[in-house]
Amino acid sequence: MQADLSIILPEIVLSVYALLALLGVAYTGQDRMAGPLVWLTAGLFTLLAVWIGASGEGTRTAFGGMFNDDGFARFAKVTILVSAAAVLVLGQDYMSRRGILRFEYPLLVALAVVGMMVMVSAGDLMALYMGLELQSLALYVVASLRRDSAKSTEAGLKYFVLGALSSGLLLYGASLTYGYAGTTLFSGIIAAADGQAPVGLLIGLVFVISGLAFKISAVPFHMWTPDVYEGAPTPITAFFATAPKMAAMGLFARVVHDAFGGVVADWQQVLALLSLLSMFLGAFAAIGQTDIKRLMAYSSIAHMGYALMGLAAGTVFGVQAMLIYMAIYVTMNVGTFAFILSMERDGQPVTDIRSLALYSRAEPGRALAMLILLFSLAGVPPLLGFFGKLYVLRAAYEGGLAWLAIAGVVASVIGAFYYLRIVFYMYFGEEGTGLQTGRSAVQWLFLMGSAAVMLLGIVNMFGIEAMAQAAAATLVN
Amino acid sequence: MDNLLSIVTFIPAVAAAILAVFLRGSDEAAQKNAKWVALIATTLTFVVSLFILFEFDPSNTGFQFVEDREWLLGLRYKMGVDGISVLFVMLTTFMMPLTIAASWGVTTRVKEYMIAFLLLETLMLGVFMALDLVLFYLFFEAGLIPMFLIIGIWGGKERIYASFKFFLYTFLGSVLMLVAMVAMFSDAGTTDIAALLKHEFESETFSILGVHVIGGMQTLMFLAFFASFAVKMPMWPVHTWLPDAHVQAPTAGSVVLAAILLKMGGYGFLRFSLPMFPVGAEVLTPLVLWMSAIAIVYTSLVALAQSDMKKLIAYSSVAHMGYVTMGIFAVNQQGVDGAIFQMLSHGFISGALFLCVGVIYDRMHTREIDAYGGLVNRMPAYALIFMFFTMANVGLPGTSGFVGEFLTLVGVFQVNTWVAAVATTGVILSAAYALWLYRRVVFGDLIKESLRTITDMTKRERAIFAPLVVMTLLLGVYPRLVTDITGPSVEALISNVETAQALAETTTQLAETSH
Repeated sequence: MQADLSIILPEIVLSVYALLALLGVAYTGQDRMAGPLVWLTAGLFTLLAVWIGASGEGTRTAFGGMFNDDGFARFAKVTILVSAAAVLVLGQDYMSRRGILRFEYPLLVALAVVGMMVMVSAGDLMALYMGLELQSLALYVVASLRRDSAKSTEAGLKYFVLGALSSGLLLYGASLTYGYAGTTLFSGIIAAADGQAPVGLLIGLVFVISGLAFKISAVPFHMWTPDVYEGAPTPITAFFATAPKMAAMGLFARVVHDAFGGVVADWQQVLALLSLLSMFLGAFAAIGQTDIKRLMAYSSIAHMGYALMGLAAGTVFGVQAMLIYMAIYVTMNVGTFAFILSMERDGQPVTDIRSLALYSRAEPGRALAMLILLFSLAGVPPLLGFFGKLYVLRAAYEGGLAWLAIAGVVASVIGAFYYLRIVFYMYFGEEGTGLQTGRSAVQWLFLMGSAAVMLLGIVNMFGIEAMAQAAAATLVN
Repeated sequence: MDNLLSIVTFIPAVAAAILAVFLRGSDEAAQKNAKWVALIATTLTFVVSLFILFEFDPSNTGFQFVEDREWLLGLRYKMGVDGISVLFVMLTTFMMPLTIAASWGVTTRVKEYMIAFLLLETLMLGVFMALDLVLFYLFFEAGLIPMFLIIGIWGGKERIYASFKFFLYTFLGSVLMLVAMVAMFSDAGTTDIAALLKHEFESETFSILGVHVIGGMQTLMFLAFFASFAVKMPMWPVHTWLPDAHVQAPTAGSVVLAAILLKMGGYGFLRFSLPMFPVGAEVLTPLVLWMSAIAIVYTSLVALAQSDMKKLIAYSSVAHMGYVTMGIFAVNQQGVDGAIFQMLSHGFISGALFLCVGVIYDRMHTREIDAYGGLVNRMPAYALIFMFFTMANVGLPGTSGFVGEFLTLVGVFQVNTWVAAVATTGVILSAAYALWLYRRVVFGDLIKESLRTITDMTKRERAIFAPLVVMTLLLGVYPRLVTDITGPSVEALISNVETAQALAETTTQLAETSH
């Protein structure tokens, strides 16, 4: 028992912290404490990331296989923690100036992160569901954090109703899986579904995949994404676009490899289709958007399509490619949202991309950083975003999905158009109304840092490649 | 000096970084400084690149000055040059200082302008030196970003349309090549170009969806690379982005586009398509030859109908690139030597022609042919230089234009007489459109009111044209300067291709007899 607890110590520390802080703040400072609490939570995230990254070695399981601590989980957890910390401190200035920086915000994020950490470590359908729900419930609440705004509450409600539906799908699939496999443990399911799986189990698999596809907003389960991205306050949108995506992707990889690794051919087609639809819908639907948050929603749908392409390969290299893709994706999005958060006019946030007219004249440095990020998002070499695509393309090709690779590159050309359109407004446009940016040093730092990573990362990717390789090797066997 | 190539490649990039970090303000002094930094950096690059030329050993057909370092994903940072690529490197370093000097009149966002051109030079040099598949792709594609910005920011009225068309058109072409590269990587297990040149890709005929693919994987890979290089070249019928891009780009952008960027397509055919997929190339050679012949005749006819000078020269570029593809796919010594020669010569001549248009555009701010006439009365020096390059463009013996066209025609005549016959009519047509353009712009009486005060070329403008005139004449009267360097490498390339094709043929015959 004690050994089990020591394995989930990081999760326990974070949960206890969240609960204690909740108690403490409720009795004392309330919203006045929100600012320091944001920094404290972010600091704790960073500490935990360092701890998990540095300490863990090998593979350990707790609670009879319900909880795994392996290289894969550690890679995903570090990405989740670091990106959550980044997004927390990024949004602090934005939220406090608009009076929506409540003390619940950092604590809910902390609880969501606990859920995500459980998700990527899950070794059992129950643990999976617990993690997923903990994450989701916290996210539903933060989506409607701006209680007096109709848009924000609408976003929260939409997210909740559709999220509940997807959880239902997933739960139904889990029950079918349990019915046919006789166990909820992944290690048991993989033994039951080796080579030839009973039809009931496959139906269960499809339902589970549908539920998970909803969480990563893969087409055709993407409908909530643009509305929630647009309606939620921008710092929350930034959070949605980063850590939960990594967690859901990690969970996806766990389920298909740990539980259904014996029937790769059965889920490969499903994933390939999800990937194909996501890439194309993300590319086409973003063309007509004028709101940069909606645009980023479609962009993230397309990016999930590429990450799924790696996963669909069904190989170790595919998982490695997916992890690298996600790490790059999260870094790009942190930088992009740092920029979006800084867009404002007369103190009011602006999200219309036309307001960026000739922005490069006013702020050449920031415009250049955003330019780098946009080309990286589009996957144009020599930026890091291109390498992410290169990895998943190679994984798909070697996994026998050459057609998906070809479709993927075609979709990336269509997708390039809308990123270029932002460049067009920033650099080629006519003189526009002045956009004020640059109040927060933190945002500047993350924007520049993210752009620099996109440029300098091509030298050796900061060692991410080897880490992802080790992580992928522990998942697929 | 074992990293001479990297030094040459990255001098412009370092200069761009210096400009970006240290140059502040946009007053006249800052603009002047930006121009000087760019000019000094590009000149320095040229001077250093001369070491490559002097130390280059033409008799060695392998890669020289090779640098090799570990990189991501089993890729390598590998650079090197051989007889085919070294002259393209020289062309790039030679043209860039002239391009910068031709941009002396730019007044908007000078610093960014110079940074874009310097970065573009680094990327173009990298394309010709890269010896790793993905490294090549990296440089090849990255060049789109600065060019997109150059057209979009400093271009003409329709610049937005032209820049998007340029970017998306070429991007679509190249991503298909990327998939083929991934396939090659998986198949051969390496991205080292030297190793891939020795690797034999599968050429067994198979069928997908009921279609028999003769030449198998090689044909598919050839087509994927073809999609990229044909767009870049550009070949008929995927040339339509070029006139738009040329017309809208600023003068210096047009020069770089015509003189260097287009050559990447031809270089790609010689480095990848032909030697790596010889069987696929053999299958599609008739198609490529006829496409070239059509390009030469069709675009020459289109050029006749143009009323915009830049558009006319752009179409003439497409026609001249037709000779290049024709020569390459003749796969014999004259053809390939001629193709390389034609590319270099076209670099000088078309660059000079766009500069000629730039000279009068700077004065009158129009490119309409009808707006001019009788310029010889006020601009005798300009008339002389424009005449010289018009003749070179037509392919007058004694200029480099003649050698390239003649060699490629000789090469293709041995392979396909009909294509040669059709292509030769292009020589006549090129004389027609070029001379007609010249007559309308330069000759006649000076009747246009607006032209009465036009001034002749300044010293700076004359200085820019001088090296181009020298090179065009020098290569025209002494073409061995080029063929001595390219010859051995081309010979090795052709013998490799022929061996591989013969080998594939015997295997097919064996397979047929055994059935």
